Amino acid sequence: MLGPITDPLAYAFFQRALAASVMVGLVCAVVGCYMILRGYAFMGDALSHAAFPGVVVAYLLRGPFYVGAAVASVATALAIGWVARRGGLRGDTVIGVLFAGMFALGIFLFSLIPNYVGDLFGFLFGEVLGIGPGDLVALLLLAVAVLSVIAVLWKELLYSTFDPLGAAASGLPVERLDYLFLAIIAVAIVVSLQAVGIILVVAMLVTPAATAQLLTRSFGRLLAISALIGVVAPVAGLYISYWTNSASGATIVLVETAIFLVAVAAGRNGATRRPAALQSSEVAQPAR
Amino acid sequence: MSNGDMNAGEAVGVRGVWAGYDGRPALEDVTLDLKRGALVAIFGPNGGGKTTLLKLIANLIQPWRGEVSVLGAPAGEEARRVAYVPQAELVDWSFPVSVWDVAMMGRYPALGVLRRPVAADREAVGAALEQVGMASQRNAQIGALSGGQRRRAFLARAIAADPELYLLDEPVTGVDLTTQEDLMELLTNETNRGRTVIATTHDLAAAAEHFSTVVALNHRVIAVGRSELVLDPDVLSRTYGGHMLVLQDRAVILDDAHHHDTESGGEHHYHEEGAKRR
Repeated sequence: MLGPITDPLAYAFFQRALAASVMVGLVCAVVGCYMILRGYAFMGDALSHAAFPGVVVAYLLRGPFYVGAAVASVATALAIGWVARRGGLRGDTVIGVLFAGMFALGIFLFSLIPNYVGDLFGFLFGEVLGIGPGDLVALLLLAVAVLSVIAVLWKELLYSTFDPLGAAASGLPVERLDYLFLAIIAVAIVVSLQAVGIILVVAMLVTPAATAQLLTRSFGRLLAISALIGVVAPVAGLYISYWTNSASGATIVLVETAIFLVAVAAGRNGATRRPAALQSSEVAQPAR
Repeated sequence: MSNGDMNAGEAVGVRGVWAGYDGRPALEDVTLDLKRGALVAIFGPNGGGKTTLLKLIANLIQPWRGEVSVLGAPAGEEARRVAYVPQAELVDWSFPVSVWDVAMMGRYPALGVLRRPVAADREAVGAALEQVGMASQRNAQIGALSGGQRRRAFLARAIAADPELYLLDEPVTGVDLTTQEDLMELLTNETNRGRTVIATTHDLAAAAEHFSTVVALNHRVIAVGRSELVLDPDVLSRTYGGHMLVLQDRAVILDDAHHHDTESGGEHHYHEEGAKRR
């Protein structure tokens, strides 16, 4: 009776896919909590697309893809900050320009490759079932690195996210924490590329945290709920993709999206309504 | 007075400072000395540089020219002994933190990276919440609070940090009278213990009544002195210029209570939806 559950576990590729996607889900869900609180959802989308030219260049040079992806993502993150300051433009405007520009560069370079390359195509949409034992070790190391940095700096990241002015005035290195956090996002994206692909990474980052935000007003519970979704959704998604023979990355994202929609529907009962909305007449006074 | 005496009694020294945003000066040649233990209100019109001056002291922006010293050192070096509370509208009130979490943040800088809050930190936070009258609301998410309670929670964060210098941007703007009285009593107590408080304010009545020193600021320092200055028609007319009417010996300030013209660089202002619609 448990056949549908236990049968796929007989395959090593399925075991590796399960381990990889759970790690990816967990890392993205934790990083995503800080991302949505900083209003960085769009930034995450941009940095993942910006990784594409890096992956293509790494492929052309026969180097490791994660180095190319990380360099391209981090360079774009730094460029966004630099261009915004230099040009006096809004951050999201610059993100929109560089995001599309970098992705176009990736497609341009991709189109120069004479023969169709399937494994490169896999980076766009993910190929978690193709993850090898070596990939899995690299993934584990990167995941541990990201989670360790957040475990050490959780309170500094929280304070500088919540009130950057107050945090900086009392001596926290807010600017360095900002850059560090951008680097964390870039690494989380690199970790996720093989599992879900460039186009869907942003869902892994944003959706669990956004779902958790619908359900709680406490930061600890936000992290816990988001992490739980980040672990459960890939497991469910992989099984569904095995049973239905569907694309694994897309199925994982669809499971997360479904959980999000359930939370939105459940949230109408009032328990999760933004308390601020109830108080707006009172708090409107200081702003006028 | 010798130089040594000056440094010992000086909380903040601003010398020949020019500062602003995007090439537009907000402060022009500002020089100011504020003594330790002073309860200082900075008042003036919108865009007159009140917040800019506070941010310079907090080392959140750098002067174009001139020097800022804080607690006897260049601004920023004694940051752990400074607590800064931003304007209420710079805070994202939907952020998933409780009153307790916010007050605990005051302890983070001194804790350093590797240490987690211990019993002494929890005691300090508990005491700070008690002082501001928010102990019973400690588990409330900050968005569920009234305007006055929000100011109390942020003041608790500042108190929990046990700072030498409080920098408060519009601490009494838009709060109810009880909260205003309570907060001012707390701040007065802090200055009686030798701490220094510098606040920007729109509320001239509050400035006159509660603060020991006032600074009239409109790009330049118009006047510095005892709190009666805010009632001086000459100082008022020079500070507010065309934004003031004198009616039967009484000055009426024609000033938008919304205390900024444009968002300064890189800031997002979290106006409540209700405020926008009106």
